[in-house]
Amino acid sequence: MMINPLLKTTALVAVAAAAAAPAFADKASNTLNVAFTKELENVDSYFNSSREGVVLQRAVWDGLIYRDPETNEYVGNLAESWEWIDDTTLEFKLREGVTFHNGEPFNADDVVYTVNFVADEQNGVKTQRNVNWMESAEKIDDYTVRIHLKDKFPAAIEFLSGPVSMYPNEYYAEAGPSGMGLKPVGTGPYKVTDVTPGQHFVLEKNENYHDSPKGQPEIENIDIRTIPDVNTQMAELFSGSLDLIWQVPADQAEKLATMDQFTVANESTMRVGYLQMDAAGRSGENPFTDKKVREAVNYAINRQELVDALLKGKSREIYTPCFPSQFGCEEDAATTYEYDPEKAKELLAEAGYPDGFSTPFYAYRDRQYAEAIVSYLNAVGIDTDFKMLQYSALRELNMDGEVPISFQTWGSYSINDASAMVSQFFKHGSLDNTRDDQVLEWLDVADSSTDPQERIEYYTKAIERITEEAFWAPMFSYNTNYVFTDEVAYEPTPDEVLRFTDMSWN
Amino acid sequence: MLPFILKRLGLALLVAFTVSFISFSLLFLSGDPAAALAGETASGEDIEAIRRLYGFDRPMIVQYLEWLFAAVRGDFGESYYFKLPVAGLIAERLQVTMTLGVCGISFALLTAVPLGVAAAVRPNSIIDRVALFLSVAGQAMPSFWFGLILIVVFAIQLGWLPPSGADSWRHFILPTIVLGYYAMPAIMRLTRAGMLEVLNSDFIRTARAKGAGEGRVMFKHALRNAIIPVVSLAAVQMGFMLGGSIVVESVFALHGAGYLAWESIARNDLPTVQALILVFSMFYIVFTFLADVLNAWLDPRMRSS
Repeated sequence: MMINPLLKTTALVAVAAAAAAPAFADKASNTLNVAFTKELENVDSYFNSSREGVVLQRAVWDGLIYRDPETNEYVGNLAESWEWIDDTTLEFKLREGVTFHNGEPFNADDVVYTVNFVADEQNGVKTQRNVNWMESAEKIDDYTVRIHLKDKFPAAIEFLSGPVSMYPNEYYAEAGPSGMGLKPVGTGPYKVTDVTPGQHFVLEKNENYHDSPKGQPEIENIDIRTIPDVNTQMAELFSGSLDLIWQVPADQAEKLATMDQFTVANESTMRVGYLQMDAAGRSGENPFTDKKVREAVNYAINRQELVDALLKGKSREIYTPCFPSQFGCEEDAATTYEYDPEKAKELLAEAGYPDGFSTPFYAYRDRQYAEAIVSYLNAVGIDTDFKMLQYSALRELNMDGEVPISFQTWGSYSINDASAMVSQFFKHGSLDNTRDDQVLEWLDVADSSTDPQERIEYYTKAIERITEEAFWAPMFSYNTNYVFTDEVAYEPTPDEVLRFTDMSWN
Repeated sequence: MLPFILKRLGLALLVAFTVSFISFSLLFLSGDPAAALAGETASGEDIEAIRRLYGFDRPMIVQYLEWLFAAVRGDFGESYYFKLPVAGLIAERLQVTMTLGVCGISFALLTAVPLGVAAAVRPNSIIDRVALFLSVAGQAMPSFWFGLILIVVFAIQLGWLPPSGADSWRHFILPTIVLGYYAMPAIMRLTRAGMLEVLNSDFIRTARAKGAGEGRVMFKHALRNAIIPVVSLAAVQMGFMLGGSIVVESVFALHGAGYLAWESIARNDLPTVQALILVFSMFYIVFTFLADVLNAWLDPRMRSS
């Protein structure tokens, strides 16, 4: 729909603000009303790939391990302790006395069934990266289990504390992914009482929730509806039929922040916006194979201005090909390119383009950011043929190596490890437009070493080379806005996951 | 009559399958289905795994024929996105869209036809001007904007109606007005033009001359003749409403078939899009057919042809 969102918003807020009746939150009925923007395909967390799915996954299921979102420390959840038996074997002592929402007791059989099911590629888990590092699981006794890895994989603990959650074996064997999606059963702080696929999800507090590091749920019921239009979400918030909305665009959040009955909380996310350039010449002869041109692009972008004027909130300038909180993503290792259009022009002239050149420029989201970036490039003499494509169409072009330069973003699936970003794009995969053997070699060491110091050392080497060679132009991190009524108490975490256990009534 | 209907039915099926083949090809042209299915967070390896799993690596024509043979047997497959049977998914979403469509067209007809008649009876009067203004405004105002204004006034300021959702009949009032208003101007202008033309014709003068009352002239003689093109238009509008209420469904968070189609295209959910396109084209075909029957009933001259 070609609708100018700014035009819509401004008018709606102006009219609604003048009318602003007091909001009636549902503190009285102990029900928190939340909106999702996107239709979630399947509540079964192994069969969706969206943020809404992650939110429900954290509420309905538990993993063996838990990462504290503030300290980034790993603590046991369904496992009490764990140890590496060798480089590819992890042994877990499981917590006793935990039951699933349907009354099934949790034990080693559940872990073995879940791991063996998701690790089998034939079962078609949607986000293979989350599970394809596991070979199988083996029961030692009722509360001891071993997970065998295919290969050395130091990020295993991070994955086990995030996307890998434990399912009840007997129920899942019978219900399968579709049944699990319609009637989800887990051990988590909330049980699901009603699902209308894609539209409506009703959660109820799990009274028997075990002593988990997630904390005990306080709010009795969570009622989630999918409302695709942000303006309609705001209208619902004004009329009191919603208590919390998230992923609110910066311009709307700014206006809502001026109103007393709402709290606007801003948090950074792991998503990084960057320019990908065809340094390897996959798209044929192109200027970006020249290091000077890539440096010029890096100097041409005014990152601070993009952050201040467009992204706002807790966004920041980024120079690394990963998000700085990720393990191994050392910011000091990166070469920084301060905004310097004159230097950019000089470099272009040195590269043999005194009058600049013209190139196709691709983007798939955030048109207003992409257009701002294009104008910086135009200012130093790089003429752009701007092409906005559907995500899947750009992805296909990119995999076929037909994109000289594009505006890309990557959210690392909230995995707090550099391998989730830098290793996705610089290891000669189908999306690698750099194809640098040296970087590949270092990343192989960093990805498979079990010695944390060695991992940092090799990620650092890779980051130094990637940024020194200006293979990418990393630009900024994203942020997200949470808006809720003054009856709701909540402090969002930087990983873009709504945590219902952290919410309470004021 | 029977051969005529059978011939039309055969033609209709041909149209439906042509449409489905074109849409199938367009979906493949609009982007890699495996990449769309895997989602933005997927790595290159994820996409390759999905491509093999769903058989996207086979020639497009093979995949189309496979779909076609299953569809002919009434099997529309499973939605790639929701992992649920497409038939059930569409049946559920159609309830919302049908309710909205029937309410919308009724609202449009009940307001537009009387206004059009009134405007024709007194051309260039105040009523005519008001009707003209309403139709211009209806054509010019985008439905998302009109919808939001109604939400602000009736749901936020006055608090009479819920802003969005589909839980009760009260949820359908605002979307009905928005959807119906969009179809209103064309129906009204056509009623007015038809009435003006008919009112100036000879047989109306005859009717008046033989002493028929003004009400009888208007409704028995004039409107019955003027309404014929309106019926065809309303049928087309109805088809449009069932397939094209995307904006209204999105603004009012009604999870209907139109919104499902829009989202499924973006998600490259081939089985869902294919089945929806078949359903929508059937709607157009059925409504056009119904319009012909209605016209034949209203106008005896058409029955013989």
